[in-house]
Amino acid sequence: MSKEWPLWEVFIRGQHGLAHRHVGSLHAPDAEMAVHHARDVYTRRNEGVSIWVVQAKDITASAPGDKGPLFEPSNSKVYRHPTFYDIPEDVGHM
Amino acid sequence: MTGALFEYALRMGDSCLILGHRVSEWCGHAPAIEEDIALANTALDLIGQTQMWLGLAGEIEGKGRTADNLAYLRDARDFRNLLLVERPNVDFAHTIVREVLFDLWHFHTLGALQASADARVAAIAEKALKEVSYHLQRSADLTIRLGDGTDESHSRMRAALDALWPYAGEMFLEDDIDVALAETGVGPALGTVKPLWEADMRRMLDQATLSWPKSSHVQKGGKTGVHTEALGYVLADMQFLQRAYPGATW
Repeated sequence: MSKEWPLWEVFIRGQHGLAHRHVGSLHAPDAEMAVHHARDVYTRRNEGVSIWVVQAKDITASAPGDKGPLFEPSNSKVYRHPTFYDIPEDVGHM
Repeated sequence: MTGALFEYALRMGDSCLILGHRVSEWCGHAPAIEEDIALANTALDLIGQTQMWLGLAGEIEGKGRTADNLAYLRDARDFRNLLLVERPNVDFAHTIVREVLFDLWHFHTLGALQASADARVAAIAEKALKEVSYHLQRSADLTIRLGDGTDESHSRMRAALDALWPYAGEMFLEDDIDVALAETGVGPALGTVKPLWEADMRRMLDQATLSWPKSSHVQKGGKTGVHTEALGYVLADMQFLQRAYPGATW
């Protein structure tokens, strides 16, 4: 049995209103200590207002080999981008 | 009264400085990189608090001494830190037990100092308390985990607690300076911190499956400048550069 602490992925919300963003990973024996470690490792420069941690093994990722079938079909479907509308200037940044 | 506050600011500042230095000795040596960074953060917090307390001491003294002058150019006899904080790191258990004994006292003391009649003291306490709340959360959590952990972690915590316990009593010994500050509302009212500390400590040790140490012996002297031999080694390390190359900057 490995004595290594499990790997956790860390997500930090930078400011109110923004989504949590993946910032990196760390090792910790459980969720509570993972939050402590995340605070100590990833928020030293005032980066965050909220922390999420999730065990890396609980994340299901798409397979790199599936890149073609998963993503390439959308390359040729530019009409899915909402770039064909005229947006009044008054609306500002959308 | 001014003299008493000068002494009190030295006591607070020196305890933060020496503990900060001790904790910083772990930098690059902690059991895991996450702990290494957490310990370094704690050390930096304490050294930041030292700047505030020793800055205040220098201001009260009015002889132009800065926080740096006080930290680097005084000898052991002039340091007013608690004996507890100069005790060596030994192992992770000693480091965490020393931290939790101090953090719990620090937490309740700063809590009381937030209501100080001296606005400068209240301001320092308010700023430091946020940092110390986290120090305590961390050291209490680790105490419970290691006490209620493996046979080895439990026996190391047991040994550390028994070794450091006699040094904890000094935090609650009140002398003329504490009396003078309590009377003017600048320091905590006498006898208020100890019962809070004991109640929390009892709960924490229970959770950590560590029994309350039997010894009631109290090692004292730090608050009046009578230290263990350990402080000399800390100062030699910490002060060497400024002593060998006075005024050196980089």
